Amino acid sequence: MTADLRRSSEGLSPSPAPGEDLTVVPKRHPGRWVAAAVVVLIGVALLRSVVGNERFQWDVVNLYLRDVSVAQGLWLTIWLTAVCMVVGVVLGIVLAVMRISANPVIRSGAFGYVSFFRGTPLLVQLLFWYNLAALYPVITLGLPGIHLDANQLITPLTAAILGLGLNEAAYMSEIVRAGIISVDHGQQEAAGALGLTRSQTMRRVILPQAMRVIIPPTGNETIGMLKMTSLVSVLAVPDLLYSAQIIYNRTFQPIPLLIVASIWYLVVTTLLTIGQFYVERHFARGNKVLPPTPLQRLRALLATHTPLAKGDLS
Amino acid sequence: MTESTSTRLTAASHESQNDPMVRAEQVRKSFGRLEVLKGVDLTIGRGEVVCMVGPSGSGKSTFLRCINHLERVDGGRLWVDGQVVGYEQRGNKLHELADKEICKRRGQIGMVFQHFNLFPHMTVLENLIEAPRLALKQPKADVTLRALSLLEQVGLADKRSAYPRHLSGGQQQRVAIARALCMQPKLMLFDEPTSALDPELVGDVLAVMRDLASSGMTMAVVTHEMSFAREVADRVVFFDAGQVVEEGPASQVINDPQHERTRAFLRAVR
Repeated sequence: MTADLRRSSEGLSPSPAPGEDLTVVPKRHPGRWVAAAVVVLIGVALLRSVVGNERFQWDVVNLYLRDVSVAQGLWLTIWLTAVCMVVGVVLGIVLAVMRISANPVIRSGAFGYVSFFRGTPLLVQLLFWYNLAALYPVITLGLPGIHLDANQLITPLTAAILGLGLNEAAYMSEIVRAGIISVDHGQQEAAGALGLTRSQTMRRVILPQAMRVIIPPTGNETIGMLKMTSLVSVLAVPDLLYSAQIIYNRTFQPIPLLIVASIWYLVVTTLLTIGQFYVERHFARGNKVLPPTPLQRLRALLATHTPLAKGDLS
Repeated sequence: MTESTSTRLTAASHESQNDPMVRAEQVRKSFGRLEVLKGVDLTIGRGEVVCMVGPSGSGKSTFLRCINHLERVDGGRLWVDGQVVGYEQRGNKLHELADKEICKRRGQIGMVFQHFNLFPHMTVLENLIEAPRLALKQPKADVTLRALSLLEQVGLADKRSAYPRHLSGGQQQRVAIARALCMQPKLMLFDEPTSALDPELVGDVLAVMRDLASSGMTMAVVTHEMSFAREVADRVVFFDAGQVVEEGPASQVINDPQHERTRAFLRAVR
């Protein structure tokens, strides 16, 4: 025991004189290096098996990636996503404001809407809208002079927009409501004390601040919507997926054409993710230090690393 | 003159110099089963500075919020500038006001909050010009000029483009005062304006309030700053348990309180 103690005290280096430079040895992370190597290994193996496998028919993929009808389908998918999201967001805001109304009838109306559209499968809703003419052959909206043929009015595309948009509104209303609740109550009081009306307060003070909370999940919803639009292929709406299906039903090459569709979905979701980053930055103003953009990050990386002398970084 | 035109002109004609700015008679207010105001009688004259002091929960903040109708009065009567708060008197009937009319009257009363409540997504200048542009529909150029001169007055002209989070608490509260003044109110309400501030920042805010008082603004101030009350207030009102227990000239209430509850409170805050 005593011998041990003595040895360890002998091993201690004498404390350096003040002002003397000490070499800093950073902590090593061998575990991380091993894990990273495993990840790279798996990635390379996966890539090789996919690229090297002739049954993927990459030449066919390459051929149809720029096919006209695929491009038209892609355009319809993007267009449908945008329209349905606009319907969803606008109606979602209305529903969210209804949910916080002082009037219990308005509140329960919004609650009932959300329960119904969240509680039934989207595919079933789409099929219902598609078959609306079976339930209401003539649409009058209860107004005199209006007499519309449901079969003509509800085309597959209208059914798709109604189904996707109304369903989205239910989810968006919950997102918007969460955003509104997240804004400090004092903001509403301050706006009220300044003489702003309730709708001015909502538009100019509450919603812009709620956006910080609303944007990230809305980005998620948009990306989800892009892929959910593929459900409209059951209504024979020629979106990206259905266009690919039409082609492979003719050529009997389903795998490469599904890959073509997937690549395009991936490209658009990537673009949407980038867009979401910048929209989030815009609405974060005044609230926190903005995260750097990738370009700024690259510049910062180059700026900090060039002046360092060799050996400063291990 | 017909009956309807005379009512429409009331906003201007009510401002007879004889009416006090605020008159309260037996004002009552309950939150659920808790009665917060149990019959408050109080008058604030034009150009008068009244400090309301008292223990927390005594109802002084609630009373202040009743004045601009942020809280609804349950009983008694409350007049601001000769008009019943939240109602319009036609003949011997009181008609509850539409939201739009309530907003219009609120815009004539400035309020400063304990936690500033600046709009964090707007710059300092945007905070000031927002309400005059939206509520009063005044042109941007005019409002901006007025806002800049107010920022000058509160000593923050160089902060016009800053966002609130980049300002200290004291600076934020001075912006909040300027924001309220930019509506050109006839009455200013202060709800514990220095309670959330670090001690060294209180002085700047009180200095701005002192300037405002000497400019002749009618002010109702809920505060714990006894030295400010003694120096600036024309009158001090002591609240306890939802009632006005004692009121009088600042020097008298603070230096020579008549009521035992006032004396106990003043001993505690000194």
